[in-house]
Amino acid sequence: MKILKCPINGPRPIQEFIFGGEYRPMPDPNNTSNETWADYVFNRAGEPGIKREWWYHLASGTWFIAEHDTVKDVFIKTYLLQNITEDE
Amino acid sequence: MPYRLLRFALNKKYAEPPMFTEPSKLKKSYDVVIIGGGGHGLAAAYYLARDHGITNVAVIEKNYIGSGGTGRNTAIVRSNYLTAEGVNFYDKSVKLFLDLSTEFNLNLFYSERGHFTLAHTDSALRTMRWRAEVNKHMGVESVLVDRAFIKEIIPEIDLDCRHNMPVMGALYHPPGAIARHDAVAWGYGRGANMRGVEIHQNTTVTGIEVKNNKVVGVKTNKGLIQTNRILSAVAGYTPSITKMVGLRTPIVIHPLQACVTEPMKPWLNAIVVSASFHLYISQSSRGELVMGASLDPYELHSTRSTLDFAEGLSGHTLELFPFLSECKILRQWAGLSDMTPDFSPIMGKTCVEGFYIDAGWGTWGFKATPASGKTMAFTVANDQNHEIIQPFNLSRFEQYELVGEKGAASVGH
Ligand SMILES: Cc1cc2nc3c(=O)[nH]c(=O)nc-3n(C[C@H](O)[C@H](O)[C@H](O)COP(=O)(O)OP(=O)(O)OC[C@H]3O[C@@H](n4cnc5c(N)ncnc54)[C@H](O)[C@@H]3O)c2cc1C
Repeated sequence: MKILKCPINGPRPIQEFIFGGEYRPMPDPNNTSNETWADYVFNRAGEPGIKREWWYHLASGTWFIAEHDTVKDVFIKTYLLQNITEDE
Repeated sequence: MPYRLLRFALNKKYAEPPMFTEPSKLKKSYDVVIIGGGGHGLAAAYYLARDHGITNVAVIEKNYIGSGGTGRNTAIVRSNYLTAEGVNFYDKSVKLFLDLSTEFNLNLFYSERGHFTLAHTDSALRTMRWRAEVNKHMGVESVLVDRAFIKEIIPEIDLDCRHNMPVMGALYHPPGAIARHDAVAWGYGRGANMRGVEIHQNTTVTGIEVKNNKVVGVKTNKGLIQTNRILSAVAGYTPSITKMVGLRTPIVIHPLQACVTEPMKPWLNAIVVSASFHLYISQSSRGELVMGASLDPYELHSTRSTLDFAEGLSGHTLELFPFLSECKILRQWAGLSDMTPDFSPIMGKTCVEGFYIDAGWGTWGFKATPASGKTMAFTVANDQNHEIIQPFNLSRFEQYELVGEKGAASVGH
């Protein structure tokens, strides 16, 4: 069984989680061009790699960030949004 | 036993000629380079050579032909989609499929079975009624049927699903078919090769050279190729290739898994799909049940298999066909699905001159192989989008003109 570590509840079976997609900072909707907004709404960095993803723990209602190697299917670390370091 | 088979069995040297010639090395330049030797890339090569006389073409395949989604799918062919754009495109494909065995002189085992999409809820029935009307309007055979009709064609089915979400009716699509998927790749490959196209297996594209927004060359692990026209037909690997030319797309890769059971006597002629149970099932000409489920729940670029899939799928299969409880799963595998937000492909020209894309085939692209090959060949040859793929352009996203197709298999709506 695959295990994912919820930052609040610790290691839990992956069936307790929902994948929320790539973590992407949102451009200011009032101050952005149509193209930039469409890029934010639709486009994704789809190539393989180590990615920051949104995950949701169903039982406790916790949204958090997981760093996930999408080739090896290994979760490297998980943390709450407030602990994210802006970028690299 | 046929005499030919006996002769081969007794002969030490296996005399069957190879399907296509293996070129020794890459030429310095080609008129068109096709990345990806799946059904789509090979079909495009075939129609480029046959219909447009463009034969100085290389198909670059990092593995062996058909090793991607083409050799991994559950081989369902149908055209009962929800939108007019979708029905129009897939109907063209179904019609092309009908002649392919003769055209290739290769038996694709194309077998019309009739395709049932089961409705377990009122809302599913409503969408099916809508789909049936769109289909009929477009001249595609498709009709809403009741429980008695289903039971007559598939007597083994338990329509009450052990009182868990009973079947209320179904969308029935008589032309729904299955085919031998690897033969589709071989047939197109052989046909293209006979007309001069080179197929380079075990060759990986590692970069694309772009100058002044025009493609000028392709880098591979076996050297550089000059070309002004590149068709990317790599399905589940698309984001890596589009990144090489600096294009962003909405494509996200999820694995899709499938399995086959041990072979048994023929009992299931039809193809059965249940979106509520995330299940589709047919019986191959070898007697195995070929079964698939919904997409894996998160982004991944790996073709690993999971026990979750086998367990979930078996449970749902037993709701419809309880008598299979003793039946064993023989093999299980996965392929990469290139998903788009509107469950429609991304096809045609892009804002990089000479870079053409054929992608976003998700869980539904096998049936599209002939139509995609034909329309992409037209698009590359004329540097102009074929009219039936116009709605599937990459630019639809920045214009907020999505297609709205949710008639894809294993996707609920
Ligand atoms: C389990 C499963 C079931 C499915 N069931 C159905 C179904 O019932 N009906 C249906 O219509 N569709 C189905 N599909 C979808 C269908 O299989 C695909 O959409 C279709 O096969 C895509 O074909 P393609 O030729 O575009 O890509 P592929 O067959 O995936 O070919 C792409 C090729 O590109 C090569 N490649 C990638 N990167 C590079 C590189 N850098 N350099 C060189 N070569 C490269 C790969 O090795 C691969 O061979 C299913 C898919 C899966 C996984």
